[in-house]
Amino acid sequence: MRSRPLPPKRGIKVIERLPRRQFLKITAATFGATAIGTFPAGCGFGQSRKLATGNVEKIATYCEMCGWFCGAIAHVRDDRLWKLEGNPLDPGCRGRLCPRGTSGIGAHYDPDRLQSPLMRVGDRGEQRWRAVTWDEAFEYIAERMEAIAAEYGPESIALWNHGSGGRFIYHVMRAYGCNNIVMPSFAQCRGARDIGYKLTFGAEVGTPEITDIANTKCLVLIGSHLGENMHNMQVQEFAQAIENRATIIVVDPRHSVAASKAKHWLPIKPGTDMALLLAWMNVLVTEGRYDKEFVAQYGHGFDQFAASIADNTPEWAAAETDIPAETIRTTAREIATHRPATLVHPGRRANWNGDDTQRSRANALLNALLGNWGRKGGLHLRAGWSLANYPFPPYPPAGKPPVDNPNGRWPFANKPVTTGLRDATITGEPYPIKAWVVYACNVGMTMPNPPESRRAADNLDLLVVIDTHPSNTAGYADVVLPDTTYLERHDDFYLGSGRQGWAVIRQPVVAPPGNQRPSWWIAKQLSQRLGVAEYMPFEDMDEYLAKRCELSGIDYDEFREKGVLMGPEQPITIEEGATISFDTPSKKVEFYSDQLAEAGFDPVPKYTPPDDAPAGYYRLITGRAPMHTFSRSQTNTLLRGLMDENEVWVNADTAAAANLENGQYVLLKNQDGVVSNRVRVKVTQRIRPDTVYMVYGFGQQNKMLKSAYLKGASASHLNTRYKIDPLMGATSIHTNFVTFEMEV
Amino acid sequence: MPRFGMVIDTRKCVGCMDCVVACQTENDVPSGFCKDWLVTEVRGTFPNLSMEIRSERCHHCDNPPCVYCCPTGASHIEDWGKMVQITADKCIGCKACLAACPYGARFAHPDGYADKCTFCMHRVEENLDPACVAVCPTHCMYFGDLGDPESRLNELMNSRKSHTVLPEAGTSPRVFYLT
Repeated sequence: MRSRPLPPKRGIKVIERLPRRQFLKITAATFGATAIGTFPAGCGFGQSRKLATGNVEKIATYCEMCGWFCGAIAHVRDDRLWKLEGNPLDPGCRGRLCPRGTSGIGAHYDPDRLQSPLMRVGDRGEQRWRAVTWDEAFEYIAERMEAIAAEYGPESIALWNHGSGGRFIYHVMRAYGCNNIVMPSFAQCRGARDIGYKLTFGAEVGTPEITDIANTKCLVLIGSHLGENMHNMQVQEFAQAIENRATIIVVDPRHSVAASKAKHWLPIKPGTDMALLLAWMNVLVTEGRYDKEFVAQYGHGFDQFAASIADNTPEWAAAETDIPAETIRTTAREIATHRPATLVHPGRRANWNGDDTQRSRANALLNALLGNWGRKGGLHLRAGWSLANYPFPPYPPAGKPPVDNPNGRWPFANKPVTTGLRDATITGEPYPIKAWVVYACNVGMTMPNPPESRRAADNLDLLVVIDTHPSNTAGYADVVLPDTTYLERHDDFYLGSGRQGWAVIRQPVVAPPGNQRPSWWIAKQLSQRLGVAEYMPFEDMDEYLAKRCELSGIDYDEFREKGVLMGPEQPITIEEGATISFDTPSKKVEFYSDQLAEAGFDPVPKYTPPDDAPAGYYRLITGRAPMHTFSRSQTNTLLRGLMDENEVWVNADTAAAANLENGQYVLLKNQDGVVSNRVRVKVTQRIRPDTVYMVYGFGQQNKMLKSAYLKGASASHLNTRYKIDPLMGATSIHTNFVTFEMEV
Repeated sequence: MPRFGMVIDTRKCVGCMDCVVACQTENDVPSGFCKDWLVTEVRGTFPNLSMEIRSERCHHCDNPPCVYCCPTGASHIEDWGKMVQITADKCIGCKACLAACPYGARFAHPDGYADKCTFCMHRVEENLDPACVAVCPTHCMYFGDLGDPESRLNELMNSRKSHTVLPEAGTSPRVFYLT
């Protein structure tokens, strides 16, 4: 007997048989009829009888619901933003936006967004505000910055930066003499991966990744959850690989969507990926299945490498990883069979366990054994394009070195390390940091262990947050400046690179709904008050963009019309006639790394077993959902309709033992006694019994985020036992254990 | 005369729900409602699992109970394309069709009439794919004329296994899922 169908307004239905309970359970995600909430009157919805009528104007721009920057076409109907579609000319999306991009209009209509400049009333973090004019806000900021610069130097003013809107904030800060400028995308995301690849191949895999998924015959995903991680073109290519019947091997403690498409799903014990990678390489080497020609021609230190991994047999790895030795052997052979058209995906956010650079290096070495560098179906070469820069005056030389990485604490970091900036702000060493300007970053949720971020903020004389939304970090600020969304402003061009270089234009498609101002304008105003106005000499962005086009010999009007311009084509694989070279110290692929040995690190990656869980605790891992980006999309009017809180995934056996019911709320307590917000339990077969999983970005604590406030739990708040990668400073997220507590 | 239908490749679908939001924006679906939705069906026990993800919507059945039960003729089979449609002006909001549909594909629009997926007829008339099909990042949905033996739909149906949802309801649905 089938139960009555759920009304479709719930949007999602999960049917999962839970055999231990002996019944068919039909659950719906928790967003019911009210979850999407009410739109402000006349916001473009609820006019169902009026479909494609009205005057529709189409404007090309690029998306910033995430950092993939897809070309988009905004459809404005009768002066109201109606819908967004992908720009067919854009190689990042090929005319199809992802769910977040399609939902970009929900960012414009979001009632929880910042409306006016705010200044703090009362203590930091009390979240009491008064609305002020832009002039008052700028005067206060400039006065404080001048005072700090006079007493400590402009180096004591730091910038946290993310996304295209930060371009001119960065520029004005540099002009003012600031040199402590950090981006969490390095130490809290893909830095470890990029350094691991750089140490091995002399090149980073970057963004978009140089992965030829479309042509691969065997795709290996280790913790990469393509499909849930919604980076547009990669997902399109993933679907192509499925259609091409490529062999897909997925290594994940959780039965991810990608795992459900795989020939082999290896539900690995979290934290042991290095053991699997070493064992796979051991099989390739001992059975002679690697690309001997490639290794002979391009490899450096192969014999030392082979000797180092000689004991890492599948039998050894089986005990560590929970994957049978025979499975390791079979999958290794399958990986070898398709080389060089086998692609071991380098992943993206790599900060898992604290030894992530070395794990990424092992991932790179596995690709090296397959000889797939610059090969069709492997890792292709990067083709880029550049446009002439605007003729700005040079930045003043910095008076002091940055604080984030003193004495090369993390010797292989090649970008500023957030972790180090936060530490320096707490300790005041090597010199005090007295102001943070935070542009579109959420320090309070991106960085591990938020109390440390608060301790750092307590030492500041000035904390300015510039954002579209009242983030957790904004809740702690002195001044909050409301940025426009990407749909309401100009920004600089986005220059994409990958299979071919391209450029995309950002232009405003609608007016902001309140007293928001575009970030370039905010930067220009600041430049005038800080005495560096000569660095922002253009009247508006039209003038700036037109100038860059003029200097590049490009027709600005044509660019505005098309939205996307393509750079020259060039070969990106050996098959197409490209040649390969490696920018490492040895000018070869470094199976053995002399520079790592010299710095006192393992020259060939070695396995360190993960910490064991205390009795009754489960390892907490995190990942993404296709409909959200970090902690910044939770109040989007459309996206919160798809997912308005996260769930904690608990294996059905674990749930039965802990007396947890599907859909109930529970609190998570970590090994240090930190307790999360309440979070719904998802009882499922799709995860290991020793592991729990949450999508991150939920558990917002800024009261102004009315529709997301305290909904779901935040993984970063539970991340008190983070480990720091000794090579480049990444902070791990998967090194905590939690147990369940019932709500009282 | 075309007979429109849809074929959806569940192997390619990643369940991102882009189809849901694309429909909501294209069709100005009122907040809290949607005309297409996602079903995830998991079988097996850890670690031997299989999963099917389906983007579902009105199946534009050949044998549609919603049309038969409609007292005013608002719910009808459109001549062109044989799609099941609702004439909002004729609908009295009695909700008989909501009860009759075995898929729960219909909802009561706040303006007082029954509403559901139209296969984006306004787009199809312009020779465009429905919004859900046009947006899908995995290209897992195919829209076209089931009556045309040469169509991509029939090519896929002939070369792959497929199923419909609730075939036992006897509604002859026109949305097919490739497995």
